[in-house]
Amino acid sequence: MSFFGITRATLAKDVRLEWRSKDAINAMLFFSLLVVVIFSFSFDPTAEESRRIAGGLVWVAFLFAAIVALNQTWARELRNQVLDAYRVSPAPANALFLAKALGNFIFVTVLEALMTPLFIVFYKLRALGPTWELLPIAALGTWALVVNGTFFAAISLRTRSREIMLPLLLFPISIPALLGMVNATTAILTGEGSARFWIALLVAYDVVFTSACLLLFETVLEAE
Amino acid sequence: MAEAQSNPDALPAVVADGVVKQFGRLAALRGVSAQFAAGRLYVILGDNGAGKTTLLRTLAGLAQPTRGTISILGTTSVRSVCTQIGYMAHPSLLYDEMSGMENLRYFAGLYGIEDDRTANDRCREVIASVKLDPELERPVGQYSQGMRQRMSLARALLNDPKLLLLDEPFSNVDSRSAQEMAVLLAQMRDRGKTLFVVTHQPGLLEDVADEFVRMDAGKIVNRNAKLRVASQ
Repeated sequence: MSFFGITRATLAKDVRLEWRSKDAINAMLFFSLLVVVIFSFSFDPTAEESRRIAGGLVWVAFLFAAIVALNQTWARELRNQVLDAYRVSPAPANALFLAKALGNFIFVTVLEALMTPLFIVFYKLRALGPTWELLPIAALGTWALVVNGTFFAAISLRTRSREIMLPLLLFPISIPALLGMVNATTAILTGEGSARFWIALLVAYDVVFTSACLLLFETVLEAE
Repeated sequence: MAEAQSNPDALPAVVADGVVKQFGRLAALRGVSAQFAAGRLYVILGDNGAGKTTLLRTLAGLAQPTRGTISILGTTSVRSVCTQIGYMAHPSLLYDEMSGMENLRYFAGLYGIEDDRTANDRCREVIASVKLDPELERPVGQYSQGMRQRMSLARALLNDPKLLLLDEPFSNVDSRSAQEMAVLLAQMRDRGKTLFVVTHQPGLLEDVADEFVRMDAGKIVNRNAKLRVASQ
């Protein structure tokens, strides 16, 4: 089977497993919902203040929620040591990585699609800049989170406290991407300045880290 | 019967030369050197911690020797012959949420069995060979332990391997099913496959095994065709 054939089969398998268990999606949804509700009770911002803080709030909520999905990704492969069945097969390691990253991208995107309307309602958001630019920012930002998250979740797989290890590894390396996502979103919501620079930064970040993760994943998978 | 028995000059299936495997300061294998002819059924015996599972994982390419070399089917690159190796571990290596057929269809894809019809036929064939029903829609997580073991064996047979590495295939399997599995393993040996079976129930294979290999403290300490002699 070709590289993309194996990626597609693994992705289909992961989506099917998530559809049946709904472990990651449910946990992410409840977590994000709590963030939205708690913050909306804690602050009572004006429309102008909302536009300034919403970018940060939304992305930090999605980042924390994504951690749940990222931990689930590999936990499934550890149950019954199924990962060993993949390792003894001739399938390339980076096809597994790509499938896992795409799966997480789909799950986090579903979460964003469900939660964004709630954010808009609770924080009375109305963008003053070009709203369509939020789409590439969401896609690029989500990919930046999941590509590194999938990689570092695999690294922390064999550590004793992997739930703690993943954020410790992921958050520092996600700072440039987070900066890009927050600033680009804020620029569009407030209508002040252009988001183009931050979008370009996200593109560069995604290209660099996707390439690095694909190249290094085999070493991570074969580590004992 | 076995190819290697009729041709003593045939290439050995496995050659281990001074294989040491350490996990930190613990040495699981302490200089294993041995040759194993092709087309034979080897039963590996030993107490817990003797290094049986580590030896099997090293042969499967899941663990790299700290020192020494292993040659499998004529090459030291296990990766290059992985399509000819079948590995069954103590855990099932199956997804609990999927049915047996769904599991095997996925793994068939990893071995390059792409075509829908060929893959379905192959999966049905191996599931039936371990006396399970290919049409069973229940997820593997709801199988009994014995059924899970048999489905795990089916997964190991999927790529029609030349070398089969089986870790505790009879654990939690009822005696009749275990006897049936032993007969199946003997048939595979008779078709020229090389089998390594780690088990604490060697009696099940007493009539069909070619050699019993006893391990102790990370070393092979005895090899004999008779279980009674090897166990001493």
